[in-house]
Amino acid sequence: MTSKDAAVKPAEPSRRDILYVATGAAAAGAAAAVAWPLISQMNPDASTLALASTEVDLSAIPEGQIVTVKWRGKPVFVRHRTPAEIKSAEEVPLAELPDPEPDAKRIQKPQWLVVVGVCTHLGCIPTGKEGEYNGWFCPCHGSVYDLSGRIRSGPAPTNLEVPPYAFLAENKIKIG
Amino acid sequence: MEGHSQYTPKSGFARWLERRLPILSFMHDSFIAYPTPKNLNYMWVFGAILSFMLVAQIVTGVVLAMHYTPETTLAFDSVEKIMRDVNWGTILRYAHANGASMFFLAVYIHIFRGMYYGSYKDPREVLWILGVIIFMLMMATGFLGYVLPWGQMSFWAATVITNLFSAIPVVGTSITTWLLGGYSVDNPTLNRFYALHYLVPFIIVAIVILHVWALHVTGQNNPAGVEVKNLKKDTVPFTPYATFKDAVGIAAFLVVYAWLTFFVPNYLGHPDNYIEANPLVTPPHIVPEWYFLPFYAILRAIPNKLLGVIALFSSILITAALPWLDTSKVKSASYRPLFRKEFWVFLAVCIGLGYLGAQPAEGAYLWFARVFSAYYFLHFLVILPVIGFIEKPEPVPESIEASIARGETSHV
Repeated sequence: MTSKDAAVKPAEPSRRDILYVATGAAAAGAAAAVAWPLISQMNPDASTLALASTEVDLSAIPEGQIVTVKWRGKPVFVRHRTPAEIKSAEEVPLAELPDPEPDAKRIQKPQWLVVVGVCTHLGCIPTGKEGEYNGWFCPCHGSVYDLSGRIRSGPAPTNLEVPPYAFLAENKIKIG
Repeated sequence: MEGHSQYTPKSGFARWLERRLPILSFMHDSFIAYPTPKNLNYMWVFGAILSFMLVAQIVTGVVLAMHYTPETTLAFDSVEKIMRDVNWGTILRYAHANGASMFFLAVYIHIFRGMYYGSYKDPREVLWILGVIIFMLMMATGFLGYVLPWGQMSFWAATVITNLFSAIPVVGTSITTWLLGGYSVDNPTLNRFYALHYLVPFIIVAIVILHVWALHVTGQNNPAGVEVKNLKKDTVPFTPYATFKDAVGIAAFLVVYAWLTFFVPNYLGHPDNYIEANPLVTPPHIVPEWYFLPFYAILRAIPNKLLGVIALFSSILITAALPWLDTSKVKSASYRPLFRKEFWVFLAVCIGLGYLGAQPAEGAYLWFARVFSAYYFLHFLVILPVIGFIEKPEPVPESIEASIARGETSHV
């Protein structure tokens, strides 16, 4: 196109302009459609999604003990809390907590605490019955969790996650 | 810095090729006739050393890939098989693992050389930024490669680093899941890390070509920090002067590399990485490889997850802004009395952060890490810009030749 053409160009878009825009839009759409599978293939595949639930027999866990089970490739801590531990978890004033949550909201039965055993900071596995509150302590960057799996000090932003679970029987739970 | 080509093809074949693809004159102009400043010191051999290390890593890496299996149940054993069964496997693996350390050692010297002599200043800003990109790709490659042996440190390094992205508000967890290909580090993670660990070095090669291209457009900086004014008086041809000096540098560097590889191959490693990855147990004290320690110290110094991650990435990215943060017109620290002192303080702070990154994040260590991290950012954001205004530089020589006449720097 010469400058003369541009000068006499009508105010309305020409047939050619519409073709340019339509072709460009189609190409952009096609590029996005091609990119989508290339990006999406990195998300969890069907077999990973299929492993989404785990059953745990609680009768094998004596009072005071923590058992670690695997759910979605991550550890889940099932802790059989003693009456003293339950009491101490319940008595904490919410104002003291960085991520305030009452103990009652984190459990279904007071003696059973079920939490995902992955530090909410950068994903390490905290060690049980350690740290100032005898709950968990993360060796990587020093986060301290209490007897309800709540963050008390250190860089972790939130409490240990409570996974979805249900009691199938008195002594059996299904996580996920 | 382009003198016009003095290359004349000698053989019939060279003349034939030259008319179709002028690669011979290009190589001649880039690596033989290319004018290098007369006053370069041994700090300028690290570019050649880094090129050598990149090739060494690719060669040892490709042969290791012929024996390695990127599958969680087999990876650890395949590395042990390399160590025990594969011909020369022990040496090939140790050369590759220690090669990564030597590569980073060289790149750190190369970066601090650039900082001391102001190599990032006008007209070399793009050259510098390409270097920062190469450095970040090297960090990515080093991390990806460290995961492959599937030891305890591999696994937990992968967990911690991918979880850095979970700090991003709203979409963070989805991004981490996407990176991992699952809800935790597992087979899909290992498999893709292997694919990327093989890919990224070739991207580095491509960026290195751009880096060298940019270098050959602006010409090299030099210890006096003054531009070449007279090709005849200020420069000498790349071959034999720089070629042979680089060869001496590489030979000296190889002595250290060979000593590490042959005599103390596990000195820089971590014994926990000889324990197979266990997703249910985190080792009591996890630390990254030494070349990541200063950045790791900055991450841990900040008691807030998101801010810690932002500080970590900023501490690397901020170097790209160096050409605009340093307000002084004088390049070389040789003529900058205040900056010269500040440079050594900054270097000490970086080494200090490296030391602190290896210590447990508690008590006095944590407080020192906080002070040093603050100083790291102050250096870039406050001290450097201010020094440029208040400092009275010493007289800068008029030319490279004048600098040599003053007796400041030696000939090549």
